[in-house]
Amino acid sequence: MAAIYSLYVINKSGGLIFYKDYGSKGRMDTNDSLRVASLWHSMHAISQQLSPTTGCTGIELLEADTFDLHCFQSLTGTKFFVVCEPGTQNMEDLLKAVYELYTDYVLKNPFYEMEMPIRCELFDINLTRAIQKDRVALLGR
Amino acid sequence: MQFFGGSELSPSPPTPTGTGTENNSHMIYIFNRNGVCLLYREWIRPLHTLNFQQDHKLMFGLLFSLKSLAAKMDPTCADKGNLGVPQLPGQGCSFHSFRTNTYKLNFMETPSGIKFILVTNPGTGDLRETLKYIYNLYVEYVANNPLYTPGTPIRCELFNTAVNQHVKSISS
Repeated sequence: MAAIYSLYVINKSGGLIFYKDYGSKGRMDTNDSLRVASLWHSMHAISQQLSPTTGCTGIELLEADTFDLHCFQSLTGTKFFVVCEPGTQNMEDLLKAVYELYTDYVLKNPFYEMEMPIRCELFDINLTRAIQKDRVALLGR
Repeated sequence: MQFFGGSELSPSPPTPTGTGTENNSHMIYIFNRNGVCLLYREWIRPLHTLNFQQDHKLMFGLLFSLKSLAAKMDPTCADKGNLGVPQLPGQGCSFHSFRTNTYKLNFMETPSGIKFILVTNPGTGDLRETLKYIYNLYVEYVANNPLYTPGTPIRCELFNTAVNQHVKSISS
């Protein structure tokens, strides 16, 4: 049964602007999630330096023993990454859907300051709905 | 496809690849637990961003940090150390590969702290068995070699040949 453990959004400087945990035992406090996000931002950049060919845009998938990490980077440098069970399918589509929600409910919100933590209720509501729908679709198969 | 020779750490002349277009692998690195690069071979590497010393240090640093990140982000373990605390080999969750749009990096760490890294095309499948096989080659040709001093770069002809041969046989 595929499950999403957590979702992070980081701005183009590497600062964490959104973190949501969906029920993992490894729930992190604020400081740890900030550190992890910055670390990921740096690793993403370093991986581009080590590429044997030109045109590398950074890590898209990290596979570990107990989880997979899928990352999507928008053209502006904002990164969306999700920690999920190993072998979960369609995470790229989910990340693109989250990006759409981000553009609709966060960027178009006139009270939202760029690069600041996201505090938009509609974004939260629609995000939960998207994740739920994803979960139901996966379980339904 | 163009072929680029090995670095100064692998002094044996690289064998020309007649079937260069079928070769799936770009480079291989082997590090010991102190960060000394025991082996570095490249088969296809059109882009060199840094000189070899910096490249090895960067690679080792990246792997150290990614292991630390994976251990911290492990969703199945409630009690973890702080980020950046050096982990013993095998302790905590470790990653085994990551993929970008231009390459895939496959990683394996042995209980003695020897790290095997194989950089291949992004479409390559799970190479954990391949890395285990290369570890076995290391044990037979290098660790059991009485003339080899642990912690120094590997200069064993048989090992180089065996690794070359095995890596070429990886299919995508």
